Amino acid sequence: MARFLIRRVLQGALVLVLMTFTVFVIFFLGPGPQFVARTLAGKAAPQSEVNRIASQLYLNKPWYDAYWHYLSGLLHGNLGFDYYNHVPVTTTIKAALPITISLVIGAATLWLLMGLATGILSAVRTRSIMDRTFTTQALFFYSMPTFVLGLLLILILYSYLTTHNVPIFPAPDNWIPFSQNPLSWAHILILPWFTIALVSAATYTRLTRGSMLDVFGEDYIRTARSKGMPERRVIIRHNLRASLTPIVTQFGLDVGTLVGGAIVTETVFGLPGLGYTAIRAIQEQDLPLIMGIVLVASAGVVIANMVVDILYAVLDPRVRLH
Amino acid sequence: MTYDIQAVGESELPVEPSAVRAAEAQKAIEGKSPWVLAWRRLRRDRAAMICLGVIIFIVACAIGAPVFAAITGHGNMEQFDTIGRTPTGLPVGPNSTFWLGTDSLGRDLLVRIAYGARISLFVGVVATAVTVAGGTVIGLAAGYFGGVIDSVLARFMDWLLAVPFLLFAISLFSVAVVHPIFGFIGPGLPIVIIVLGFFGWATVGRIVRGQVLSIKEKEYIEAARALGAGPWRIMFIDILPNLLAPLIVYSTLLIPATIVGEATLSFLGVGVQPPTADWGQMISDASTMFLYGPWWYLVFPSAALLITTLAFNIFGDGVRDAFDPRGDLYV
Repeated sequence: MARFLIRRVLQGALVLVLMTFTVFVIFFLGPGPQFVARTLAGKAAPQSEVNRIASQLYLNKPWYDAYWHYLSGLLHGNLGFDYYNHVPVTTTIKAALPITISLVIGAATLWLLMGLATGILSAVRTRSIMDRTFTTQALFFYSMPTFVLGLLLILILYSYLTTHNVPIFPAPDNWIPFSQNPLSWAHILILPWFTIALVSAATYTRLTRGSMLDVFGEDYIRTARSKGMPERRVIIRHNLRASLTPIVTQFGLDVGTLVGGAIVTETVFGLPGLGYTAIRAIQEQDLPLIMGIVLVASAGVVIANMVVDILYAVLDPRVRLH
Repeated sequence: MTYDIQAVGESELPVEPSAVRAAEAQKAIEGKSPWVLAWRRLRRDRAAMICLGVIIFIVACAIGAPVFAAITGHGNMEQFDTIGRTPTGLPVGPNSTFWLGTDSLGRDLLVRIAYGARISLFVGVVATAVTVAGGTVIGLAAGYFGGVIDSVLARFMDWLLAVPFLLFAISLFSVAVVHPIFGFIGPGLPIVIIVLGFFGWATVGRIVRGQVLSIKEKEYIEAARALGAGPWRIMFIDILPNLLAPLIVYSTLLIPATIVGEATLSFLGVGVQPPTADWGQMISDASTMFLYGPWWYLVFPSAALLITTLAFNIFGDGVRDAFDPRGDLYV
């Protein structure tokens, strides 16, 4: 187990280093050597500022020196300096991260519950009306772009209901921290949560249903049933447990991607999280901030995948041998 | 011959040595190739056929977009400042002149939506083709050669799946706006297709690699090698045709995902640039004002996008079931 852990952590670290190199290539080599400092400083910056940045980031040295300088900065927790707002990038990211995390935690809980419940019910009562309803509904939300669902929810549940004197849902463009008032926090986040959850749950409905139907064909399910085991126990202990593997993989990927990928939902609902900040940074041509967010988001994906793999190894000893 | 019939399945025809029987058997084989069988199953799938009709209709709208402009008499880029906008500058609702209302600049929404179908379908098909072609070649190479090439590609795919796709897309765009990347990749359609293709091929590569690993152990590959066929010939002439069915299924299901990807990029303002008509961009523009009344500006482009992706997804599910009625080829 220890060897597996070490190998897995090293693999994750390798992917992260590759990621820093990618960011470096896009932002430092992409625009071409003479344009980097200009790109980072922003269009409006004076030439003296551009020159200062060039020397500060070792841009006048060979590219491997500049990369090494950049990498050692990262290892010291320095994600760069935001030349547009004149603050370190970490400050901005620290302010945005709790919002994205609130969004991810609530949405992930919801979609996991909805996806698993509908998937299990569909698999247990295959070809029933319930199954057909759930599969159709899953296909519908699976085809639904996140921003379309978010905007339609705002249009119907906020705009329409509020103008008809049923103001149940809050207006978008608001944010209240959990520490300030947990109830208002949840109230503000309920529509964004459902936007992400409905779209994501569709995949889980399909995945759970398919995976459980496969397992129902296995011999050990027949054995369990012929022993006279109650059906509920067969479903939960014997089938669901074995069907969870692809779901855990998908969950790890989705949560990881969502750390940086809640961009769309945050934009639609005006929540100032990481994704929203990234979009604003693009409009302001604030590249150092974008670089920082890309790295933090990548780290989210890598860590989520690592956790999933380690969870696997705990659940299934065979994985450790590979 | 006997072997062929069994392999194709269903047929219980006893093959007798008479010439007539042989000819009949030949006919039966022709009528039951896997492709014909799949097509027959697809024909019987009513939902899939309806969706195929919807897809053909959308393609017709895209090709015939100028027809919409001719019928309504409103050009794609034409702005109607007096009749197309309210005195306060908001879009006007659906009426006899503008059947689906207008957009924020007083342009006819119906005509714009028809033109927008062009971008969606074009990117959907071209980016999917790029993705599938790239993934196939790389997956073939990884699966066939194995060894170092395989491990390097596997690591690369792992890395790619760990990349936050949207964030990278927008960072590429943000760099390209200031100065074209590597001197030639500017913002707009090319970057959308490159980004979607680049982040999509790894999944195709994995599917192809897995299939190649099992196919390359078959006797006919050994036979081809014994006859002196080189690796390229074996990969593309002997192995590739066996992969066509999964590739077709995957491509049909990838098109709607690509269309959503393109619309999302345009919604975030990093895709196709104005004044080109694009669904994602219309929805983005509508999102700033629909709370003040113009719901049609949000609802109609959204409906166009949703109907398109839904039709492709249901049709794609039908194609998958048709090629693999037991559902065990693709997990």
